[in-house]
Amino acid sequence: MSSTANSAQRSAPATATAAIHATKLCRYYRMGETVIRAVNDVNLEVATGEFVALLGSSGSGKSSVLNLIAGLDRPTSGSVVVHDRDLAKLSREELAGYRLHTVGMVFQSFNLIASMTLAENVELPMRFAEVERGKRESLAREALARVGLQARMSHRPSELSGGEQQRAALARALINRPRLLLADEPTGNLDSHTGTEIMNMVREFNLQLGMTIVMVTHERALAERYAQRLIFLADGKLVGDETNPALVAGAGTDGSVAGELR
Amino acid sequence: MKLPDLTELAVRNLRESLLRNSLTTIGISVGVASLVAMLSLGIGLQQLASRRLMKSGLFDTVVVSSRRDLRNFGHEEERNGPAPGESRILDESTRGEIEHLPNVLEAYPDIRFITELRYEDRPHLTMVAALPESAKSNDAFEALQGHFFSSNHAPEVVIQKTFAEELLGKTTKPGLDETSAAELAIPLLGKELVMRYAQREAPKTASSNTSSSSVAVPDDQSLSGAAYSVISREQKLKIVGVADLDPESMRGPTRARVFLPLGLAESLHVMQPTDLREISRAATDQPVYSSISVRVKNPSQIRPIEDSIKKMGFNTFSILDATRSLQQFFAVLDLFLGIFGSLALAVASIGIVNTLVMAILERRREIGIMKAIGASDSDVQKLFFAEAGAMGILGGIVGVVLGWAIGQAINLATNIYLKRQSLPPEHFWAVPLWLVGAAIVFAFVVSLLSGLYPAGRAARLDPVQALRYE
Repeated sequence: MSSTANSAQRSAPATATAAIHATKLCRYYRMGETVIRAVNDVNLEVATGEFVALLGSSGSGKSSVLNLIAGLDRPTSGSVVVHDRDLAKLSREELAGYRLHTVGMVFQSFNLIASMTLAENVELPMRFAEVERGKRESLAREALARVGLQARMSHRPSELSGGEQQRAALARALINRPRLLLADEPTGNLDSHTGTEIMNMVREFNLQLGMTIVMVTHERALAERYAQRLIFLADGKLVGDETNPALVAGAGTDGSVAGELR
Repeated sequence: MKLPDLTELAVRNLRESLLRNSLTTIGISVGVASLVAMLSLGIGLQQLASRRLMKSGLFDTVVVSSRRDLRNFGHEEERNGPAPGESRILDESTRGEIEHLPNVLEAYPDIRFITELRYEDRPHLTMVAALPESAKSNDAFEALQGHFFSSNHAPEVVIQKTFAEELLGKTTKPGLDETSAAELAIPLLGKELVMRYAQREAPKTASSNTSSSSVAVPDDQSLSGAAYSVISREQKLKIVGVADLDPESMRGPTRARVFLPLGLAESLHVMQPTDLREISRAATDQPVYSSISVRVKNPSQIRPIEDSIKKMGFNTFSILDATRSLQQFFAVLDLFLGIFGSLALAVASIGIVNTLVMAILERRREIGIMKAIGASDSDVQKLFFAEAGAMGILGGIVGVVLGWAIGQAINLATNIYLKRQSLPPEHFWAVPLWLVGAAIVFAFVVSLLSGLYPAGRAARLDPVQALRYE
């Protein structure tokens, strides 16, 4: 793999449609007298169906970029356009709708609601989308079956292992069929075997469903194994953008999980 | 989010912090119970007062008099309506006409005369009045010694306590304890009174009377047959009851102390003051009444019935205004009781705010997760509203039951006390259905208002900050 630190800010392949287009993206926080530049003048384009890894050390701004793409945060200046929608111009309600229908999120700490069973956790986004109860239940059942948790539907998150919780979180992230999957250190709390299992699932969604994936990680090896493109951040700035030649051509996979979700 | 989902999630969340939410709900229940208890006391007292007044027969009665009776009330109508000389008389046909008006229970003539009653050969002069059978439920006869008339035509009398004292020669001096009706009744019940009265009789039967004086009217075209006799009669009457209270206390100087069944009084054809006044108009054997008492189903119907009767050409009188001031008094009383009752609910509402603010702190991360997976601000807001509302409804229902139970307990305790004091039992407490509904709705609204601030705060939470919260 070749490092291209000098060509830090570049566009996705011209043939692909842009899923994410960030221009001069800035996010500053004020802490007393100090201004923290979490994201500082980032230009980024991610093509539809691309699997991108955002890499950097702690405090480099990778999670802040992810939050801006997720519509959880608003930029101080600049713009993020996702599938032709400028997130900075959306109202709070519109942003919620965007998060509900366009984005699926997976977190390092799984973020399942402890008081709900797995089935209820997976159903929750559909409740917000006002999906009819019967349909909701059957879709949740199917989604959990596809991540191998059909026997754990009525269990609460605390009764499950980390890997199982993350699989449930994946099922929840994909239940509304989003176009964009955002993963913030999805294997950070998992052992290597379970992490691989989860990442295989994520890659399958990318390849089989054509879903755009943006994954935040600080593990370069993990990024190189799964992502087609590696973007490096340091001190809020985009400092490197590399393609992964081994994967960019579109390596095959068994595709079992994604095939069922389609 | 749809309402059933919202409710389901709210109930689930409430179950998660069962102890804290139960304590908050108990707080609301106590508030609602206090409100219900206070208001039901007010309503109960109002109903008690209304019941008493209704039983007195004063507030559901319209007194109808002819405009020809110049002594009567309502002189202003005389100027507006037909001249007294041309207006209608009160007879059987008008009585029937009034009785057929909607919402009229009965219309009966006011037969009342001063006469002599002999008891053990001693004469006693007093006012005698006729009572319809419906008077049995009159409050004054509640503690009646003996019994009410066995029938509407029975030759029986009920006497008032003061008349009983007169018959027995016992006069109560001021400052001394009164003799009880029960003591007075013992020697009098079943005894006979002889009533002397003046009977008004049509000419054809006049000849058979023992002593009579005829009132003759010149036999001309307009007044043919207009003559009747006045005969002195005697009627034996059995004392069947002694009334402790004065059923006619409001009547002032015309109040009677001896009461006859109305049917009997009508059949006696006792000479009435109107008979003399009406002699110039007609003199048949049909009675003409000085006034007719009209009982209506509900005091609220008095005004339209009075209007209908006035249109028929009569004067009317009722004590409706007195009930109006009574209603006003109870409205103010209810208002104050309601305010005091609401204080506990106000304290409970602070409990709701506290519980929900605590819940926001505890569930900060959960709110962040919900927002990250697509919940809108309004979804989060509605969820907290639903939790507040669920506590309100549940607290309201428990509070109403609690308030009702407090009422029942106090009713029971009061009645035990009344029984020990040899007083009749009473219902001081009334929880009408509307109060049940209103209390629950009120608790719900107060809870929603209490949820306003926490729900707004939860909705405004920054999802990024909330997701960082551990």
